[in-house]
Amino acid sequence: MNADTVRRVGLSLAAPALAIILSLAITSAVLAAAGNDPFETFKQMIEYAKEPRTTAMIINGSVTYYFAALAVAFGFRMNLFNIGVDGQYRLAAMLAAAVGGAVSLPPILHVGLILLVAVLVGGLWAAVAGLLKVYRGVSEVISTIMLNSITTALIAFLLTTDKLAVQAEGSNNIGTKAIPASGQVPGIGLVPDSPLKVYGLIVLAVIVGFLYWFVIEHSRFGFDLRAAGRNEEAAVASGVNVKRMILISMAVSGGIAGLVGMPQLLGSSYTYSLDFPAGIGFTGIAIALLGRNTALGVAIGALLFGFLDNSSQILDLEGVPKEIVMITQGVIVLSVVIAYELVRRYRIVAQQREVGRRLSEPPAPAAGNDKTPQGAQA
Amino acid sequence: MSTTLETTTPPAAPAPEKATRLSQPLRLALYALVALAVLSLIRVLTDANDLTSAGTVSAALTLAVPIGLAGLGGLWSERAGVVNIGLEGMMILGTFGAGWIGWQHGPWAGLLTAVIFGLVGGLVHAVATVTFGVDHVVSGVAINILGLGVTQYLAGELLADSPGGGETQSPPISALPRPSVPGLDGLLEPLEKHHWFLISDIAGILRGLLTNVSILTVVAVLLVIASYVILWQTPFGLRLRSVGEDPHAAESLGVKVRLYKYIAVAVSGGLAGLAGGFLAIVASGIYREGQTGGRGYIGLAAMIFGNWRPGGLMMGAGLFGYTDAMQLRNAVAVHALLLVVFALLLVVTALNLYRRKWITAAVGLVFAVLSLVWYLNSDELPGPITTMTPYVTTLLVLALSAQRLRMPKADGLVYRPEGK
Repeated sequence: MNADTVRRVGLSLAAPALAIILSLAITSAVLAAAGNDPFETFKQMIEYAKEPRTTAMIINGSVTYYFAALAVAFGFRMNLFNIGVDGQYRLAAMLAAAVGGAVSLPPILHVGLILLVAVLVGGLWAAVAGLLKVYRGVSEVISTIMLNSITTALIAFLLTTDKLAVQAEGSNNIGTKAIPASGQVPGIGLVPDSPLKVYGLIVLAVIVGFLYWFVIEHSRFGFDLRAAGRNEEAAVASGVNVKRMILISMAVSGGIAGLVGMPQLLGSSYTYSLDFPAGIGFTGIAIALLGRNTALGVAIGALLFGFLDNSSQILDLEGVPKEIVMITQGVIVLSVVIAYELVRRYRIVAQQREVGRRLSEPPAPAAGNDKTPQGAQA
Repeated sequence: MSTTLETTTPPAAPAPEKATRLSQPLRLALYALVALAVLSLIRVLTDANDLTSAGTVSAALTLAVPIGLAGLGGLWSERAGVVNIGLEGMMILGTFGAGWIGWQHGPWAGLLTAVIFGLVGGLVHAVATVTFGVDHVVSGVAINILGLGVTQYLAGELLADSPGGGETQSPPISALPRPSVPGLDGLLEPLEKHHWFLISDIAGILRGLLTNVSILTVVAVLLVIASYVILWQTPFGLRLRSVGEDPHAAESLGVKVRLYKYIAVAVSGGLAGLAGGFLAIVASGIYREGQTGGRGYIGLAAMIFGNWRPGGLMMGAGLFGYTDAMQLRNAVAVHALLLVVFALLLVVTALNLYRRKWITAAVGLVFAVLSLVWYLNSDELPGPITTMTPYVTTLLVLALSAQRLRMPKADGLVYRPEGK
């Protein structure tokens, strides 16, 4: 049994490792083809990442990515593809910022209210896609893409000086009214010697990650969710209300998406302005895939993407286009899914060989081990 | 309306359900005529002459073609059972290919490169989904990330030092010819200027469709027709579609399932690349970063809207192009469009009442009243709201029609040959 466990862990680590090696190889080839030394490039990125300030930035970027990837992963568990995380978090961040700037409350209540608004807005916006899917059969892939575009227009409509925005002093950027100190979350000095602090909401990220793990793996709801995600018909047969599951999962996914903008909003910008980062939802999809939709895997994926994003900033100074990192990210996604498929096939072949071997042996010693093939497959 | 339906279908039984079973082309023509009459009536009532002007139609056509070509790409691949959400990435590759070669060697060479770049994207998708059995949506998302990354990287390497170009855009590309049907302009223009009911509208639409049309638009229309003929009228197309319906049955009949999937996805990529080429060469005359603006996804929506068929897909692309053109050209006309939405929703509601679908009817009625109230209480829509028009329209139309759509049976399923 023990040898089996070791092999199983080895196999599940093989896929991501294979993917990262493959994407490094392809990135190196592209770099070499353009006349840049790949090893030198990677060395510079790692050196730069080691600087305390960059390390703090990497962690901050990862916290944001983590929420986005968890939101996508939650949908994936129910076989729902929430491409709308991008629109959900932008709308949530803007409205939460507007509410946060408009009220004055005691510190903890103020932060709580902002987070609540963000989660509600994200959840309700995602629920639109859920309702359309459940009652009208519209694929959530298409409806969330449309909702993303509608969000962009809606934000442009609401973020004007006669509605929710004010002119920023000394620039032509406009944004919501700044959130007062009682609604801000102070940073944590997690990285020694760094002038930049780590977002205080990293604590929330850990909590949400834990809840995600607990709900998916250890609750009745999570069991129903995974069952319905794997085989809808079987789930229906065993009494799961799939329509309700779809609606709830879509709303929860959107609710988590609502948190994506919060670390930055409450930790550094305190206002939603025109230059608030967009497109994080799409990166979240890639990270969810990389992390196999598990809380821990997604955390590692978020750190990797945070590293690639921030350490690549040095490349422009060295004359290497930093877009190379995007190629790496795309190749990682593609190679990780291919690697999982290859490992899956290897497993099946290995299992078949194992079964063949046991069948040809005398039957007596197989008695205690008859569960192994099933366990290895899960 | 119902009297026309009953008189033109001799074999139809008097039962009301049967009355809607008109032969499809006739039914579509009837719908189009009714829609045109409604549009014309609203134009006359509101004085929003841009609703059917030649300029609007011509702009709509330019906006519809890339969406239609992307949708056609989606059609090829999904008919063979491979979901292609990577159309956007393949389109991005196409815009860059067109820009990079186009400014140096002319528009035709640019177009060819666009097709080849898109095709390469399609082949990557095919390798991932067909050979390795990767989830189709996942592979598509990866290709979208890759397409953007590769083009941004290559643009930095290849366009940064070009004259008048830069890291995010190419130098201008010379234009393709824009032929007209001879003699038509002089005939139709005065008719359109009179703003008569229906006649001027038809004149305006014909003028927009037949004069000063890019040669690539003509090619795009021919490609739609060719796709229909190939996919529905040839043994090759029958096999290709059978692969998308039931690959194992097709395999047992001797169809090389993987080969057909490869061909379909490669063609899909090529068409998406061409859509990108159209954006760069015809629509803007330049490659610019972020030029596709999600049109690949909208192409996919247009195809679903069109029920996985070329004709429906063209209608979807046309609807999208039209609303998009309207919001770009004229805020007054978009305001009038609210009234069009009201009228359409009213018709849909009536149909739903007739079919005794009470809840759908009630929802439709609420939206209809909302759009009427909105129309009466405003003079003009704010700019950002008008930019939503195409997306809201697509969502509304999908929500009202989605349940009658039928996609290929094995679409999106990973095909594994027996024993693997």
